[in-house]
Amino acid sequence: MARKTPEIPGSSLADIAFMLLIFFLVTTTMDVDSGLERVLPQWVEDKVEDDSQIKERNVFVVLVNRDNILLVEGNIIRIEDLRERTKEFLANPYNEDNLPETEPKEVAFFGLMEVTKGVISLRNDNDTKYGTYLAVQNELVGAINELREELAKSKFGKSYANLENDKQKAIRIIIPSKISEAEPKGKNI
Amino acid sequence: MSKFRKDDGKGLPPISTASLPDIVFMLLFFFMVSTTMREVTLNVDIKLPEATELSKLEKKSLVSYIYVGEPKRQFQTMFGKAPRIQLNDQWANIGDIQDYVIAEREARDEAEQKFMITSLKIDENTKMGIVSDIKQELRKSAALHINYSSRRKAER
Repeated sequence: MARKTPEIPGSSLADIAFMLLIFFLVTTTMDVDSGLERVLPQWVEDKVEDDSQIKERNVFVVLVNRDNILLVEGNIIRIEDLRERTKEFLANPYNEDNLPETEPKEVAFFGLMEVTKGVISLRNDNDTKYGTYLAVQNELVGAINELREELAKSKFGKSYANLENDKQKAIRIIIPSKISEAEPKGKNI
Repeated sequence: MSKFRKDDGKGLPPISTASLPDIVFMLLFFFMVSTTMREVTLNVDIKLPEATELSKLEKKSLVSYIYVGEPKRQFQTMFGKAPRIQLNDQWANIGDIQDYVIAEREARDEAEQKFMITSLKIDENTKMGIVSDIKQELRKSAALHINYSSRRKAER
C-alpha cells in the first residue's frame, strides 16, 4: 500500500481566523453618523433687507445672547418651553390677533387650507455656545416636525415618515419650515 | 475499586472543535462587511452636542466633513486652546474652506454633486463666531446642504 500524503493540519486555521477577527473587531466603528439637517440660504452679494414687508405679528423672534439666555418675543424663557411656544405660534389654532396671519391655499389631498404666514427669526451672538445654538435649532425643527406628524396622523392615519412623497409634499406646503437666521450683529444684542 | 471509576470508554467524547473555524469565519465576515475604517485622525477634541430631531447620513461617499474644536493636548503648545478648524488631516483657516469645498466637489461625479452634504462636527463649547464664519463660507461656495452632527439625546 502506497503511503498517503499526510493531511494538512487544520487546527491553526481557527487561530488565524481569530487573529483577523480581533483585528476587525478593534478597527470597526458601528456608529452611523447622524445629525440635524439644515439647508442654508443662497449667498447674495448685496444684501437688501426687506424685513419691513413682513408684519410684526408674523415674525417669531428668537434671540440667544452671549450668556446662552433665550429671549422669545420679548420674554426670557427656558429652552424646554421653546417647543410649545413655537408650535403655538405656527398653528395659531384660535386665530388670535398677536399670532401670525393665515392665507388660504389650494393643497393636493387637503383642498383649501389656511396656511400660516409665520416666519421664525433666529439670531445669536458671536459668543453664544454652539451647544445652545444647536439645542435651540433642535427645538424649532422639533416643533415643525411635531406639527407635521400630528397632521399626518389625523389626515392619513400614518406617520409622516411613512407617507408617500406627494403626501409629504402636501404637508410640507401646509406647515412650511421657515427659519431665517440673521447674521450676528456686533458683540452685543 | 472500580466502583468509582466510570470512564472506561463510556464517558462523554470531547466536543469536536472542527466547526470552530467556521463559526469564527462567520463572525469575521460580519465584521469585515460592517466595518468602516477611520480615514482621518482627529487633531481636535470634539464632544458633539445632543439633539433629538436627527436624520442619518445615508451615503458616506457624498459627505465631506469639517471638524472644529479645541486642539488636542499635544498641539496646544503650538496652537493654544482656541478652537480651530480641521479639514481632512490638516489644520485650516476660514479662508481655506472654499477651496476645500471645491476640491471635494471635483472629486465626485457630476451627477452626484448636487446631493453632497457637508457634515459639521463641532464641539459643543465652541463659540458661534467661528461657526457663523464657516456657514458664510459654505454659502459663498454654494454648499448649502449641511448637517450639524450630533448625538442622540435620551428620550425625556
